[in-house]
Amino acid sequence: MEQEQSFWQFVVQQSDKLWSQTWAHLGLTLISLIIAIVIAIPLGILITRRQKLSGFVLGFAGILQTIPSIALLGVLIPFLGIGPKPAILALFLYALLPIIRNTYTGIKEVNPAVIEAAKGMGMSKWQVLMKVELPLAFPVLMAGIRTATVINVGVATLAAYIAAGGLGEFIFGGIALNNSNMILAGAIPAALLAIILDFLLSLVQKINFRSIRIAYLVFPFALITLSSFYLLPTQIGGRMLGGFTPEFMGREDGYLGLRKIYKLGIETVVISDAVMYKAAFEKKLDVISGYSTDGRLKAYDLITLKDDKHIFPPYYAAPLVRQEVLDQYPELEGVLNQLSGYINDSTMTAMNYKVDQLKESPEKVALDFTMAHHLYKPARAAGHGTIRIGSKIFGEQYILAQIYKILIRGNTNLNVITKSGLGGTKICFDALTNNQIDFYPEYTGTGFLVLLKPDEKTLKGLAGDIDGVYHYVSREFKHQFNIKWLKPIGFNNAYALMMRREQAQSLQIKTITDLTNHLNQN
Amino acid sequence: MIKAENLVRKFGSQVAVNGISFEVKEGENLILLGTSGCGKTTTLRMINRLIEPDSGTVFIDGVDIRSRQPEELRRGIGYVLQNHGLFPHYTVAENIAIVPRLLHWKNTDIRQRADELFHKLNLDPSIAEKYPTALSGGQQQRVGLARSLMVNPPVLLMDEPFGALDNLTRIAIRHEFKALDELVKKTLVMVTHDVQEAFEMGDRICLMDKGEIKQIGTPEELLFSPSNEFVSGFFREQRLQLELKSVLVTEILPGYPEKEITVWEKMEALLHIRNDDSLEEQLKIEDLMRAFLAYKKK
Ligand SMILES: Nc1ncnc2c1ncn2[C@@H]1O[C@H](COP(=O)(O)OP(=O)(O)O)[C@@H](O)[C@H]1O
Ligand SMILES: [Mg+2]
Repeated sequence: MEQEQSFWQFVVQQSDKLWSQTWAHLGLTLISLIIAIVIAIPLGILITRRQKLSGFVLGFAGILQTIPSIALLGVLIPFLGIGPKPAILALFLYALLPIIRNTYTGIKEVNPAVIEAAKGMGMSKWQVLMKVELPLAFPVLMAGIRTATVINVGVATLAAYIAAGGLGEFIFGGIALNNSNMILAGAIPAALLAIILDFLLSLVQKINFRSIRIAYLVFPFALITLSSFYLLPTQIGGRMLGGFTPEFMGREDGYLGLRKIYKLGIETVVISDAVMYKAAFEKKLDVISGYSTDGRLKAYDLITLKDDKHIFPPYYAAPLVRQEVLDQYPELEGVLNQLSGYINDSTMTAMNYKVDQLKESPEKVALDFTMAHHLYKPARAAGHGTIRIGSKIFGEQYILAQIYKILIRGNTNLNVITKSGLGGTKICFDALTNNQIDFYPEYTGTGFLVLLKPDEKTLKGLAGDIDGVYHYVSREFKHQFNIKWLKPIGFNNAYALMMRREQAQSLQIKTITDLTNHLNQN
Repeated sequence: MIKAENLVRKFGSQVAVNGISFEVKEGENLILLGTSGCGKTTTLRMINRLIEPDSGTVFIDGVDIRSRQPEELRRGIGYVLQNHGLFPHYTVAENIAIVPRLLHWKNTDIRQRADELFHKLNLDPSIAEKYPTALSGGQQQRVGLARSLMVNPPVLLMDEPFGALDNLTRIAIRHEFKALDELVKKTLVMVTHDVQEAFEMGDRICLMDKGEIKQIGTPEELLFSPSNEFVSGFFREQRLQLELKSVLVTEILPGYPEKEITVWEKMEALLHIRNDDSLEEQLKIEDLMRAFLAYKKK
């Protein structure tokens, strides 16, 4: 079992990946930082000379800093696509404020008498800047660079969401896969990078420069050229490119299985689910790992490839409920089971499409659905107790949570709170076991592979066995966690490889085996 | 040597300097005296083009300074500030080498000249490798002066050079500076708001108010023939002391052997040896006072 593997074993086993991710992380951080330095320092100097600009420039850089990182990346993708470019631009934008601000304050804090003396002795403006203002502002300026560096090392983890690599691949993969070794293998080097870079810069900060020479600027340019080599491998060339989520990359029933069972040899980048479908649509990616009920399948005209060797286990959704809650409120189980049999794959895809693409609210979609299927009843008086429904952060889970809310409010006297937006499987499941939520919709395959982590023998024995998996997880969850799987709702939101419809048709690819053959021929 | 003609400088709507003209001869000390905000610093800074006048002209050695490149002009004019303006990231040795370096002096020449000035200014050679923050206020001001004298500029501008020092240090350093041979030959324009300092250091005093000159002349002229109410009012409070400082002993006791000594200085000297029980000297301080009063009556 994976869990029993020690951290060091994991690191040794994954050392190639670890190195490449660390280098990518360092590359992203340094390139963006150096570009930021090259632009922010002159800008900081400029606003000490043009006082009127200072409010505007600092304000603007300040606003950039407040944009949430994921949002900033999302905004940049339509212009720059995926990969290192938008990541570097985003990191660059974050690094601007601390450097501009500290350059500005550093120079402003220089004793005016000293500048006056420098001018009075006959130094030119350039000499005053290079020999007096910058050297004296240097410690403050360096403090800004250190701040920017530490911020960038942190934010660079998010680069993993847009196929730009970095240690975020391990961190987010680990979170998604409930694999603490993997999380640590990403988080520890990231923390070390931050500490080491900060320490090295603190040494530089202590240097007493008599004057700043242009020669010093050559050094960062040399660095930038060196680190830009890192960009080369991810250039998207003529061959097909796969974009997979961090979670998919680490899973036996994901990329690892594709390699082992299908012998699929495709170039890959790691990317977040949030931008993957669109990137495929825009031909930045050719093959992606999606979910078979995702609404974007419909929106971007993608098709799923048939899993002809059955590596993707069934992912039937069902409510995962703490037994204590069922005991406390016996009426709950029957109400939740009402939904069973009402939603098949295409119904779910259609509802997801409404939420994800047509931007209808999950509340409205849930209401429409319950109305249409005569499951809706007006809410009863509440007061008997409160049920906390959790959901992961994607539309389908929001919709299911809202449907359950309507069902519970219409059929019981229980109050309902929805706690949506629990990051991933691990976060959701931890919330459940820690009594922070009472139930959430989970998928049999996830419960089976991610939460239980069965051994090889069980895996083989249950491959492709829909009922077998359901019974196995029901039994094990009851036994290990005192948590109950209620009846499956009916749809199967399994992993699937997806391609653009027209490309798949023109290449005559219908199954994953077709894809492997195509790649082998080229 | 220096000639200012009708200098006017405004900051926004405020007139800082309004039609100032003066002339400083070679080797002369001109003091710009006046209360704070009257435009002294602005006037001084127009001489080395740190401030450009709105109108008016400054000539140095007959050359309009506007025809000279500002940096080149300033390298030839010593400049001493109230807050010394030493570079905190330079050692003392590096600080005083700034102007010679700008003028591409050789290292050996710089060192030689620095040693010479260290000696003349009573600076301990061991401070050469120290940073300015490690020095006392008096040392800092001496180093500031040494820095401005390194390339031996014929003109020296000083803006309240003793202003940041405590009273005792100020008086001590003032005496030292006055006695310095390097300064004797220099054409010096010094800003101060301290009347005593002006009378001690100045060959001539330019008394300013609200950006204008009220009177310009020797200390004695200002004191004994004030040209307006403002001037006589300005010295009223410290009048006796100033008179003692502006009158030479030879003026009241013709034939007195010490030529250049003022009555004030002589009295100070006599007070210092008071404990010597020298009857002869005790008598003299009274004689001096009597002679001075007699002189004043005339
Ligand atoms: N850079 C400046 N900007 C605006 N006003 C100034 C500036 N420099 C001086 N002033 C004003 O001009 C007047 C004269 O200043 P200054 O020459 O420094 O006086 P002083 O040296 O006699 O104390 C003052 O009222 C001062 O506030
Ligand atoms: Mg002043």
